[in-house]
Amino acid sequence: MSSRLSRGLRIGLLAGCIAVLASLSASAVEQGKAAPDFTLKSLTGTNLKLSEMTGNVVLINFWASWCGPCREEMPLLNALHKKYEPLGFSVLGINVEENVDAARGFMKDFPVDFPVLLDNTNQVSQRYQVIAMPTTVVVDRDGNIRYLHQGYKSGDEAKYQKMVKTLVRE
Amino acid sequence: MPANLNLLCACGLLLLAGCATEPWVKPYERANLANPIMSFNRNPVSASYLHHVYDSREGARGAGIATGGGCGCN
Amino acid sequence: MPPDTVSLRLPGLLLLLLVACQAGAAVLPEERADLLYHRYDGGGVEVDGPSVLVRKNLGSSVSVGVNYYVDNVTSASIDVVTTASKYTEKRTERSLFVDYLREKTTMSLGYTYSDESDFEAGTASIGISQDMFGDLTTVSMGFAYGDNTIEKNGDDSFKKHADVRSYRLGVSQILTRNLVMSATYESIIDDGYLNNPYRSVRYRDSDTSLGYAFQPEVYPDTRNSSAFAVRGIYYLEQLGSAVNAGVRFYEDNWGIDATTYELGYTFPYEENWIFEATLRFHQQSEADFYSDLFPYKDAQNYLARDKELSDFTSTAVGVGASYEFGRSWSLIDRGSLNIQYDWIYFDYNNFRDIEDGGAVGEEPEYSFDAYVTRIFASFWF
Repeated sequence: MSSRLSRGLRIGLLAGCIAVLASLSASAVEQGKAAPDFTLKSLTGTNLKLSEMTGNVVLINFWASWCGPCREEMPLLNALHKKYEPLGFSVLGINVEENVDAARGFMKDFPVDFPVLLDNTNQVSQRYQVIAMPTTVVVDRDGNIRYLHQGYKSGDEAKYQKMVKTLVRE
Repeated sequence: MPANLNLLCACGLLLLAGCATEPWVKPYERANLANPIMSFNRNPVSASYLHHVYDSREGARGAGIATGGGCGCN
Repeated sequence: MPPDTVSLRLPGLLLLLLVACQAGAAVLPEERADLLYHRYDGGGVEVDGPSVLVRKNLGSSVSVGVNYYVDNVTSASIDVVTTASKYTEKRTERSLFVDYLREKTTMSLGYTYSDESDFEAGTASIGISQDMFGDLTTVSMGFAYGDNTIEKNGDDSFKKHADVRSYRLGVSQILTRNLVMSATYESIIDDGYLNNPYRSVRYRDSDTSLGYAFQPEVYPDTRNSSAFAVRGIYYLEQLGSAVNAGVRFYEDNWGIDATTYELGYTFPYEENWIFEATLRFHQQSEADFYSDLFPYKDAQNYLARDKELSDFTSTAVGVGASYEFGRSWSLIDRGSLNIQYDWIYFDYNNFRDIEDGGAVGEEPEYSFDAYVTRIFASFWF
């Protein structure tokens, strides 16, 4: 291959690196920025608006009944909610399934104390750029995103707890 | 050596593209794909046994069980 | 920059990118236990036994699996009754699997050891699997090395070796929310003693009462094969069921060309039942050195009369039913009871049934039915 072509490829690779790094940081949803507001219907039928929860620390968790790690995480999130609720904290579960019955069925088997909202048209999932299941977003008392976590692996709940503990003190 | 280097650069670009590609099936749209009936290998023990039956009675072998698909969680 | 340092750095950088590609990870294999009873009944051969598999996670990154498998064989197959007598045999196979998950990469190691009175095989395998392109693509590679020792019952001095190397490359791609496809390529190279020490070929011999006589088979000491398979599963939203189809193309340097087609339909029923139906059709051409009847003794350098290397087709119809039970019973999350049954029809085009009699070389072509049963219980925890 000609040396000009090979140099072109190498420049291309460098440009590619920069582009990827740039794209990874150019998201609307990221730490430090305000959490996009939304209104969703909960399982109990009432509407819930995120901005109404300003003043509290909120842990938003996007989940689905078919997602194994989400199921594992649920009771741990419930324990976290019960522990820190008196200090001005709430977990907010957002189910992303089109079929609402799946969420209801799951909650019947594994009930939780925190509000579970239904994003069955995936508007909020799109706005929050959900790229993995589950996705956890922790919002501080001023409505800013302070922590983003994709997926769930055994032990991640310790990371959530650490973040929440710090934020409730603010 | 320059040819190999260019091939590696090309692979590198492809990999980076792979890292940055937005999935056209969003993770929250994967409900059907996560269904166990959509698995290539739902009952691994039974499937590997049947595979063994064919392998030992026919002249062809290889390219059997597939992997992949699923919920794409984490 | 000196050329050799660049050529070393770049692959390293690529490997790093591959492993570090985005935050997040894939999932380990499910934790489960399977207890299976298997049975094969066909062509005078009966084989049955258990297969037990247990898979457990150690921490959040490692999965370990063990399998114990037994074949209890009673064989009065056509090869056996025409050249020897009915025999029984027991083969035991033990396997250990370890999977390590890091971000989107899964690394797997496996070892299988199989033992019977006249055959011993140890196989070690290594594999790597990577989720890419937004988790819609999975690329996997694998290599396995097997070492076989072949002995002969009744002849203590007989001890031969063969080794098997297999290379495998696979890609699985999610195409739409309802469609996933995969392509797999596998190359297998055998080296060593590749035939069966008990099997014979026949040749015309007017000096004998039968009109033919037997001599031991002679195989080449290498075999190179390639197989390529494409499969797809499509979800039917209206019905809540799935259709799967696949085709595998095979060829090797022994002259065998084969194509295998599979079609299946899986449908859940009510809350707890899953039913499935499958069809399989396999067609292959014979090996270059195969013949049902050679014209005279030592007709060729290589001689085979193994029906597996002949020109034949096999057609199979399978059905299965699965009942799922349990929602959190202490240790177990859920479980299922399953039964699967396959009927396979083997139809040989140039292997003759010499038990049936007839003019030499004009005996009827052989065919037989086989029935394969699997009954098993699975537990997830």
